[in-house]
Amino acid sequence: MANKDFVRQLPGASHHLARSSSWSMRLHVDPVLLFLLLVLSIGGLFVLYSGAGESFADVQKQSIRFVLAFVVMLVFAQLDPSVYRRWAPWLYLLGIIALAAVLIAGTGAKGAQRWLKLPGLPRFQPSEFMKLAMPMMVAWYLSSRILPPKFKHVVGSLVILLLPVVLIVKQPDLGTSLLILASGIFVLFFAGLSWKYVAAFATAVGALAPVMWFLVMREYQKQRVLTFLDPESDPLGSGWNIIQSKTAIGSGGLYGKGWLQGTQSQLDFLPESHTDFIIAVLAEEFGLVGVSVLLSIYLMIIARGLYIAAKAQDAFSRLLAGSLVLTFFVYVFVNIGMVSGILPVVGVPLPLVSYGGTSIVTLMAAFGVLMSIHTHRKMVAR
Amino acid sequence: MDKTRTIKDPAREKKQFTNRALLSALIVLLLAALLLSRLYFLQVIEHSTYQTLSDKNRMQLQSIPPTRGLIYDRNGVLLADNQPVFSVTLVKERTENIEETLSELGKIIALDEDDLERFHQRIEGHRKPYESVPIKIRLSEDEIARLAVDRYRFPGVEVEAELVRHYPMKGTMAHVLGYVGRINEKELKELDPTNYSGTHYLGKLGIEKFYEDMLHGFVGFQNVETNARGRILRVLERMDPTPGHDLVLHLDSRLQLRTEQVLEGRRGAVVAIEPKTGGVLAMVSTPSFDPNLFVTGIDHKSYKDLRESTDIPLFNRALRGQYPPGSTIKPIMGLAGLDTATVTRQTTVWDPGWYQLRNDDRYYRDWKRIGHGRVDLHSAIVESCDTYFYDLGHKMGVDHMSRYLDKFGLGANWSLDIPEGRDGLLPSREWKRGAKGLPWFPGDSLNMSIGQGFMLMTPLQLATATAVLANRGVWQRPHLVSQIRDENGDDVIVEPQEVPPNITLKNPDDWNFIFEAMTDVMHGKQGTARSSGRGALYKMAGKTGTAQVVAIKQGEKYDADALEERHRDHALFIGFAPVDDPQIAVAVLVENGGGGSRTAAPVAREVFDAWLLEFSGYFNSEGERQAPVLPVITSER
Repeated sequence: MANKDFVRQLPGASHHLARSSSWSMRLHVDPVLLFLLLVLSIGGLFVLYSGAGESFADVQKQSIRFVLAFVVMLVFAQLDPSVYRRWAPWLYLLGIIALAAVLIAGTGAKGAQRWLKLPGLPRFQPSEFMKLAMPMMVAWYLSSRILPPKFKHVVGSLVILLLPVVLIVKQPDLGTSLLILASGIFVLFFAGLSWKYVAAFATAVGALAPVMWFLVMREYQKQRVLTFLDPESDPLGSGWNIIQSKTAIGSGGLYGKGWLQGTQSQLDFLPESHTDFIIAVLAEEFGLVGVSVLLSIYLMIIARGLYIAAKAQDAFSRLLAGSLVLTFFVYVFVNIGMVSGILPVVGVPLPLVSYGGTSIVTLMAAFGVLMSIHTHRKMVAR
Repeated sequence: MDKTRTIKDPAREKKQFTNRALLSALIVLLLAALLLSRLYFLQVIEHSTYQTLSDKNRMQLQSIPPTRGLIYDRNGVLLADNQPVFSVTLVKERTENIEETLSELGKIIALDEDDLERFHQRIEGHRKPYESVPIKIRLSEDEIARLAVDRYRFPGVEVEAELVRHYPMKGTMAHVLGYVGRINEKELKELDPTNYSGTHYLGKLGIEKFYEDMLHGFVGFQNVETNARGRILRVLERMDPTPGHDLVLHLDSRLQLRTEQVLEGRRGAVVAIEPKTGGVLAMVSTPSFDPNLFVTGIDHKSYKDLRESTDIPLFNRALRGQYPPGSTIKPIMGLAGLDTATVTRQTTVWDPGWYQLRNDDRYYRDWKRIGHGRVDLHSAIVESCDTYFYDLGHKMGVDHMSRYLDKFGLGANWSLDIPEGRDGLLPSREWKRGAKGLPWFPGDSLNMSIGQGFMLMTPLQLATATAVLANRGVWQRPHLVSQIRDENGDDVIVEPQEVPPNITLKNPDDWNFIFEAMTDVMHGKQGTARSSGRGALYKMAGKTGTAQVVAIKQGEKYDADALEERHRDHALFIGFAPVDDPQIAVAVLVENGGGGSRTAAPVAREVFDAWLLEFSGYFNSEGERQAPVLPVITSER
């Protein structure tokens, strides 16, 4: 792979030179994105305080995670996008090896192996790592090709895609494998995948659903889907979560019951009220208005992300940025959809609000990559 | 579209990307609108419905635990039932100040450290909202009355009745049934959260643990409307729980009780098996303990006493005690010797009281110091001559011995429903190289031939091998439960399990030869257990055994009186009766009981008499057979 540089031909790059001396360009951060992320995470801490049963300790732990995650974001922002492009295949390979190692020697709970413990390193989930490595790899593979991709390159991308997805499904972790699958498919989509392939994909997914049901999905996963279709069928088990979260959301009304006043969440009726189901706490205490505000912040982050992607100077950066932004939206959509009862319960957190470390760090690392793409601009003359 | 392009066109790609980005922004907006409309539906249109639902959440879903299945013996005697127990409980969500409530409660009923400690563990552990947590279990009538008077002072505190496991036969059945106990944090994570949502007890040991899935049943639930203080006003809908399956054991509680009485005051074990079915008729390990203590949680002192007793009553000797089988394996060794043609029935050996290997100046002594003189296989079994078997073991070698002992189930737990049983130890060349890093020495074969050395067996394994012997090589895996009945009284069919291959001999008449020798052990003039066979109304077959606890040095004399009680030999006995139609096979072990003929054989005789003459109805009290003798099925599998 020659290091082809198409930057020279890009129009409109020079006017960024004027801003290059500002603090944000020197620190390689995007002030708009940074501001939105700070609003989201600080606002999230207030909801968490309520959802975790007014536990200050949980808020403290979460704050420490945020500090760590912002540092990770800053570090990722400093690296030039070309670094990511050069490293993409190696990161991907490393991810595949780690995923294979998890299946052989991983540790986990409840019949799922997701964690890898290496001597000298903290325990980590290779599937989290793959959330970044996968779009980088597909973007690397496609960016040097002629776009829209030809048939053989579409097939090549699919091979790159399916290898880690299969490994993660085997752990088994259906939620994460779908997120990673989506991140790869988004790259193809942005690369200009022709509509006939999109149609073929849709047909294939439709045909695959029954296969998944009978061959891939574990009993507990099927149970979740069945419970989703008819929550009353298992009112003591997983149906409980959906019934209670719908009650919490619905009773919140337009303006909510007020901060720390939500009876559903405060009286412990709502399970997982500080992790996956935290949006129900927000909906109960701040009402439809509160949820709309949250949703608008998410949409603004996504809009800014797509803008950064569209302004990117090379194909690799564009494809990577686009995919990361859309994957972020998948988190939001799947989480809110599941808590409000229009999607089955899959373990996807509400990004940057739910309590828990790994997803926060991965998400902020992705925003670091976005900022890197936006702030490392080549100074070229027209 | 230009399909022949061969170089990249960045401007075109960028434009295409922008199009796709705009398209995806549109999709994102549409999906966000979908979410918003869903939330609008829940929060505005359906608001009043959910408002009512959430209003103090008066509708409550409560789980109703199923009744645990009962356990009966073969005659329908109840061995494990459920009895109501009253407990005082607390609902965290309805209690203003837990510490204050506890200290006030402490003035009305006695709450000790144990109670409080366990309560705090439970309330901090995993718990559903509005789930009541027990403060004190097993209230007395008096305490219930006092609580009833003052109940208005304690919102969230209730007196609740629940069905709790009860073992009417107490210690007699403890080592057979095991017991249930309160579910702990660790177990909670493994259990099905729905099915166990109302259950507080779980089988922890023995039958109760092995058949947990059968005994537990399936949870029911009810939707109730409560007032603000949590009292149930009315039941809106109810789905009854499915009670657990009942178990019927093969065991006879009368025989079990009698056997326990015979062993009274000794440390030992008796396992009695019906050879034709493999069903366990009695399984006793003494001393025992009262399993009822463990059900609602044993107090520190009682547990300490049980743990620290030198007689280790919690230890199930019948299943987990591993002992050298001693001379009780000589009948099997004899069979192996004949079947491998190492010896014939006529082969004789001169026994001067010891045996020596060539190039080895060590004396391998016979238990009889002056020796048995000239012996053949028959008299070697009857008199338990060690020298004959040293010679046989030396000639046959370890590989044959291991192979035949393996056929009789040594070295594995072949029980169907007694997973706690241990495997024993079957020595072989490979085992010794792996475990000790040493080759097999000829002296090891000599020790092995008389059941000493490395070999270890549990009483259950010994009884199983005896049952297979009594069956002339036809295998039946030992088991406790003979029947599982569901809530309608119908049998639950259990999948058949793999059975070890039956043992076939080159000359099937060798079974008769060994049986005759074992019969003469009980009834012959020289038989080592002749005093236990005397006056019997039927013929029995047996073999005594004595297992060394401490090694005796070369040239030293074993003197039972001089040795400390704990260092005396273990007494063993195996046998079956009646010889022509075996109904019961028994293994007896008495720890530090001295000789097998003096201590263990009389126990077996009492068990035989109790079963054959008294409880089974096989003979009447005059010794007349009440049923025709059926031929033993020896068909090949």
